[in-house]
Amino acid sequence: MTFIINGETHERQEETLATLLSALDYEGEWLATAVNGEIVHREERAKYRLSDGDRIEILTPMQGG
Amino acid sequence: MLKLYDTDIESRLLLGTARYPSPEILRQAVLASRTGIVTVSLRREMAGGRTGGAFFSMIRDLGVRVLPNTAGCHTAREAVLTAHMAREVFATDWIKLEVIGHHDTLQPDVFELVEAARILCAEGFRVFPYTTEDLGVGERLLEAGCQVLMPWCAPIGSAMGPVNIGALRSYRAHFPEVPLIVDAGIGRPSHAAAVMELGFDAVLLNTAVAGAGDPVAMAVAFAGAVEAGRAACLAGPLEPRDMAVPSTPVIGKAVFS
Repeated sequence: MTFIINGETHERQEETLATLLSALDYEGEWLATAVNGEIVHREERAKYRLSDGDRIEILTPMQGG
Repeated sequence: MLKLYDTDIESRLLLGTARYPSPEILRQAVLASRTGIVTVSLRREMAGGRTGGAFFSMIRDLGVRVLPNTAGCHTAREAVLTAHMAREVFATDWIKLEVIGHHDTLQPDVFELVEAARILCAEGFRVFPYTTEDLGVGERLLEAGCQVLMPWCAPIGSAMGPVNIGALRSYRAHFPEVPLIVDAGIGRPSHAAAVMELGFDAVLLNTAVAGAGDPVAMAVAFAGAVEAGRAACLAGPLEPRDMAVPSTPVIGKAVFS
């Protein structure tokens, strides 16, 4: 499947958001995720099934004004 | 003591965490400023990246309250989604609501701002809206459920200081009971002192400290200026006069000729 992850195109086979994050080495309770403009809460990632073309945002705490 | 959404706030200086020369200087500046609230953001994490975790860990160790922002959002929808993600990451319902309307001036899109504020307040967020000094927009934000207003005093990062003192004075007079925080545009401690003298409840700044030659020393200077401005406001400063008024008594003056 083709995913757009943080603006970059990836060809991946993972079927859930949790397995995708793990495969891409995203770890940490501080991460927030959204798919196609909707938040996917931490506890929902394991059962969230991905679809071809999904736009995935993975955000993290950063400096801000 | 200043109360923001039922929370007592000791320091009237809120500090941003961006653009410091290093994480260590940021840490020292936060401590030197004696602030109790720092602003933070959410950004994309690269695969395998741990930068966010390290930053978040440092902020938590500082023991200050975090105020996540929605910086960079241009629509109410983007801002609402960012607020939801920030609430999950930072475990707070406080949100500094920024909805940018113009690329060059970074002035807020006040229509989208009010719409986002209405949605977020209804969802239980404690919204701190970055707005202009427009009174009508301020009223709409209060109607939306905001209990704090954060007018700019000049464009973000411009360091110009209060460019429209009259408007800020009107803003304070129009919203006498609402906590008002001047957010954006402050460049020097004297700017912070000036708006505090006008009766604003607090200031939020970032670049003025982070971009200074010595950010830690500047944080100390701002802390002092904010306290001095607040004390001056409470002490009742004189209004300017057109004519001179002798400070030394005229009665009893010696006559030599």
